[in-house]
Amino acid sequence: MIYWHIFLAFFIPGILGYGGGPASIPLVENEVVDRYSWMSTEEFSEVLALGNALPGPIATKMAGYIGFDQGGWLGAAVGIFATAAPSLLLMVLMLKLLLKYRESENVKWMTILVRPTIAVLLGIMAYQFFFSSYENTGAVQTILLLGASYLFLERWRIHPAFVIVGALTYGGLFL
Amino acid sequence: MVAPEEAKTLPAPKGETYKKKKVRGKHHLSLFAAFFRVGIFGYGGGPSSIPLVHKEVVDHYGWFTEDEFGDLLALGNTLPGPIATKLAGYIGYKVAGLFGLLNAVVATIFPSVVAMIALLTTLSAYKDEPWVQGMTNAVIPVVGFMLAQLTWQFVKKSSEGLGWMRALLLIGLSVVLMEVLHVHPGLLIGLLLLYAVFGRWGLQQKKGDTE
Repeated sequence: MIYWHIFLAFFIPGILGYGGGPASIPLVENEVVDRYSWMSTEEFSEVLALGNALPGPIATKMAGYIGFDQGGWLGAAVGIFATAAPSLLLMVLMLKLLLKYRESENVKWMTILVRPTIAVLLGIMAYQFFFSSYENTGAVQTILLLGASYLFLERWRIHPAFVIVGALTYGGLFL
Repeated sequence: MVAPEEAKTLPAPKGETYKKKKVRGKHHLSLFAAFFRVGIFGYGGGPSSIPLVHKEVVDHYGWFTEDEFGDLLALGNTLPGPIATKLAGYIGYKVAGLFGLLNAVVATIFPSVVAMIALLTTLSAYKDEPWVQGMTNAVIPVVGFMLAQLTWQFVKKSSEGLGWMRALLLIGLSVVLMEVLHVHPGLLIGLLLLYAVFGRWGLQQKKGDTE
């Protein structure tokens, strides 16, 4: 039963998430936290934060870890399969058809219309992260870390991996 | 038998690249190496590793031409789901068949998934240590900021596709439906997709439809 739930929890984000893995993370949260209560928002944020400290696609990292957490190695395999297989199958089977209809308005509009909703989902998630940071470490540290993130990531375009390792070091030493 | 170097100059027909290759063994090794590198050097999730895929597939091995890769990426983006596995799987399939598909997907995701499970199970053993708490606490706002960047990208792209008025309208509608009325996001997205395919009443005349 748990494997079926793991499958569903990752299958739904896998077929509804437009814009790649990161865009489907709020949908994963919706299943994992709200529907199945495998984790609290807090725990989910931690897993996602640490997941971002590692390289590689985020959707399968999340599916692999959460699946493993709930159902061992088989659970991890089920989670990854449910995340990647449906969209990959569509891709392999439908690419020829899509090439034919690549100028089709309908296909384009599918992506265009879904974007604002994905933006809202991501925005809500960002807000949750800010809020849980505020709860954990207070306003001063949160603002400090956000300001530093802005400078390093947006202004100076430092590679995210370094910024995250820097944050981990800072947190390990000072927080 | 065509060496990868010569492949660049081959006028391969779209979507039919190397379907009938014979030297599979070598290809499997190359596929694994290419996507393994993508998997361990790509930071920030699948979309940010696309340039790495491009480098391996077009520049290094020449499995796809620039144009083919462009088409593949554009069409991959019209389908849902993670882009990294879609690209890896499709490219693997075209280069070396079904086993190539599996090979490329496993190479892309396996190292990071194993690292993830190892890191998190180790950390949860030290969960209550103050320094581990500090590390997670410090990284949360940073990832929050990355999510905010991603949000902004999607807002900008929304307005490019729809215009600011309609984009803001849809954003407002999404907030009300999901946050106030607690509609499942999947349901909302599903309805939007149906609307895109079958209707779009009031959004645009049906002049541009293909057949």
